[in-house]
Amino acid sequence: MSTAAPRLALDAIRRSYGEVQALDGASLRVAAGEVHALLGENGAGKTTLMKIAFGLDRADSGTLAIDGTVMSFRSPRDAMARGIGMVQQHFALVEAMTVAENVALGGKGLLNYAATRLTIARISDASGLSIDPDARVRDLPIGAQQRLEIVKALSRNTTTLILDEPTAVLSPHEARELLAWTRRFADGGGTVILIAHKLREVLSVADRVTVLRRGRTVLTAAAHETSEELLADAMLGETVATDLVATRRSTQSNAAARGAKAVVTLTRVGVTDAQGVLRLTDADCVVRAGEIIGVAAVEGAGQRELLRVIAGRLAPSHGSAELPAEVGFVPEDRHRDAVVLDATLTENVALRDANARSGMMPWSVLRASTTALMRERDVRADGESATMRTLSGGNQQKLVIGRELANVPAALVVENPTRGLDIRATADVHAAIRAARDAGTAVIVYSSDLDEVLLLADRVVVVAGGRLTEMPLDRDAVGRAMLTGGAS
Amino acid sequence: MTVRRVTRAILEPLLAGVLAVLMLAVLLGVSGYPVGEALSALWRGAFGSWSVIASGTLVRATPLLFAGLAVAVAFRAGILNIGAEGQLLMGACAATAVSVAVPPSFGAAGLILALLAGIVAGGTWAAIPAVMRLRFGVLEVISTIMLNVVALNITGLLVRGPLQETTHTFPQSALLDRALRLPQLMTGSRLHAGVLLALVTAIGLAWFLRATAPGYRLRMTGANPAAAASAGRIDVGRVMFAAFVLSGALAGLGGAVEVTGVTYALYENLSPGYGYTAIAVALLARLNPASAIGAAVVFGALEAGASAMQRDAQVPAGMVGVVEASVILVLLASEWVGARVAARGASIRGGTPRAENLPGPAVS
Repeated sequence: MSTAAPRLALDAIRRSYGEVQALDGASLRVAAGEVHALLGENGAGKTTLMKIAFGLDRADSGTLAIDGTVMSFRSPRDAMARGIGMVQQHFALVEAMTVAENVALGGKGLLNYAATRLTIARISDASGLSIDPDARVRDLPIGAQQRLEIVKALSRNTTTLILDEPTAVLSPHEARELLAWTRRFADGGGTVILIAHKLREVLSVADRVTVLRRGRTVLTAAAHETSEELLADAMLGETVATDLVATRRSTQSNAAARGAKAVVTLTRVGVTDAQGVLRLTDADCVVRAGEIIGVAAVEGAGQRELLRVIAGRLAPSHGSAELPAEVGFVPEDRHRDAVVLDATLTENVALRDANARSGMMPWSVLRASTTALMRERDVRADGESATMRTLSGGNQQKLVIGRELANVPAALVVENPTRGLDIRATADVHAAIRAARDAGTAVIVYSSDLDEVLLLADRVVVVAGGRLTEMPLDRDAVGRAMLTGGAS
Repeated sequence: MTVRRVTRAILEPLLAGVLAVLMLAVLLGVSGYPVGEALSALWRGAFGSWSVIASGTLVRATPLLFAGLAVAVAFRAGILNIGAEGQLLMGACAATAVSVAVPPSFGAAGLILALLAGIVAGGTWAAIPAVMRLRFGVLEVISTIMLNVVALNITGLLVRGPLQETTHTFPQSALLDRALRLPQLMTGSRLHAGVLLALVTAIGLAWFLRATAPGYRLRMTGANPAAAASAGRIDVGRVMFAAFVLSGALAGLGGAVEVTGVTYALYENLSPGYGYTAIAVALLARLNPASAIGAAVVFGALEAGASAMQRDAQVPAGMVGVVEASVILVLLASEWVGARVAARGASIRGGTPRAENLPGPAVS
């Protein structure tokens, strides 16, 4: 490394929230012009450390230096004045406003719409991040909203950009584009700090990698000197990591060969949405007991409708769907569709049979079964009367999966089951899905992460442009079919 | 946990009452009224004697409780029913219509018919904005406020037309026959059996929400309609419609009780805005039916005390209205602060290393 002072240096940062030591002497040095990946499990302190670097939070002790000068940021305004920008996991956009209005927000003086549009055009041209300045944010797909966040940061002369898990919300294609952009940005002299989960992604783009574990920096290395296994070891501690990597591929089931009975049969199913657009066309699909069907698709290809038809949550507009009486459903938007955040865990578990019940709620029975479910699924919470909101994402998801798998349903539909979860919670969720399959449940899994689909699936179907095609378990062929519409 | 909730349900309305009096004292002082005299009139008007408590505070608390329950149950289902006033008036109209139509020989049966008519009329009146909301997407906040005006004018029409007293002189209905009135509870006071009915209704509603399956569906629908529909496969539209009608029915019963227990006749100014104060009652009770009992008594006392203050100390009763509204604002603000503190606590707990493999999203 050169002897020049690092662009950003955080040293021996400590930060506690009440009893919790979120950061316990973490350090991070980022050189100008590099893509620096910051890794760690959920709760390792990545976001807290970056919030301190961006002036959103203050360290209890430790130093922050920009270009060799020790700083004390009181607010993001101070950080922005030093060329630091951050795109947070949850976007800070005003949905009812246009792109240009969002970019202008936080500026000074009068709103000069024309100048703002020019700025956006200039940044779009220079960065290759195309975005329509007059579009309303609420009409933009999530990938474009993220581009807007980046454009917003760049409009404030940001030279160091912190991206907090930027690819979590993106389709694989969009994720690749974003990562390629970070590379170009760094090659042009900018600095990127990338908080990430997916190791393969990280190694494909980062120059250097720093790993946090329990609030401490445990590894800093050049990306080419490390490997997925090494990083996983560093993130998790040596013990768990090796099993996780080892169990990548489990034994697969060949239900058709065994002559297992068809649990779900779709015949020429079509779905027309409220606007009259055909989202799914002539879908034929059979799912047998004891197999996992993986669904691969890019965002908006019709898989959302397919999954909801199979889950019995959406009536097909055409064709017929033969479904079992009970289908478990784990939707991707957990907070919106799967849980009631302000209700207790027991009340959330009781949702499962909410509509079938009449008369009195058997609360004492439900409390006992919820406690049992928590034990069985290793849900860490402050008892069954804790509110759902107090649980971490991984624990919420384990409870949801446990609820949907109670009494072994004939079929289970799972949509992006590990989005936002850390490695360990992901492994638990995968194990639960496989266990359901082995118990004879017909499982349908969709993930926007193709690797996850291939990891879990016994068979793969691709949905592209509302049409469904079965494909061999081949990453290349499936990936191509997702984008091109399959072999047909 | 439960003990804490119960003490909170009692303490909070009490605290709100104390707060209201303090704010009133400041307001009176600033406006140049004799503070001591006015407050003592307020106290005497609300709690001065058993008969004042019964005839003033509790009689006023009764319609506030019915309407407060109406608002609470709607809000719990995620419906912003601002129309308790109109639903209460329609209940009063229907109860009056039945009471003047049935012969006095019906006695208690006639009374029950009148109360049922109030329930049906309130529920039906609420069904209108319910259909508008669920079928056509019309926001109920707007439609219910408008329907309040419609209900007030219908009442005015009725007391000058079909329901006007026999001499056709005054804009009010004939007095209800004694046999068709709610029984008095204490001789020499205006306290009537309706207050007991309100208490039973509040406790019944609390039980319904907590213990029964429809009550559970109502709460889950209000707390997160998308999850109720997807994970619970609840027919959210149906639940919301039912909750809206139930809400209207409760307010309508309040109107019927007011006519058969207090005024014994229908007239336009039957309600001094009970349906609006009820929103404050429901919020103070944090939408909890059992807590609404205490909240209704606090507001009943303030209203009763306000008229005494006007009479004895020449302080405009509107002053109390200002204070009532301020109390609600203070409570909502404290709620908001509390929620923020709780959310902070939760996000911190989410990042706890005690389960370092599974902490939450906020501190990742």
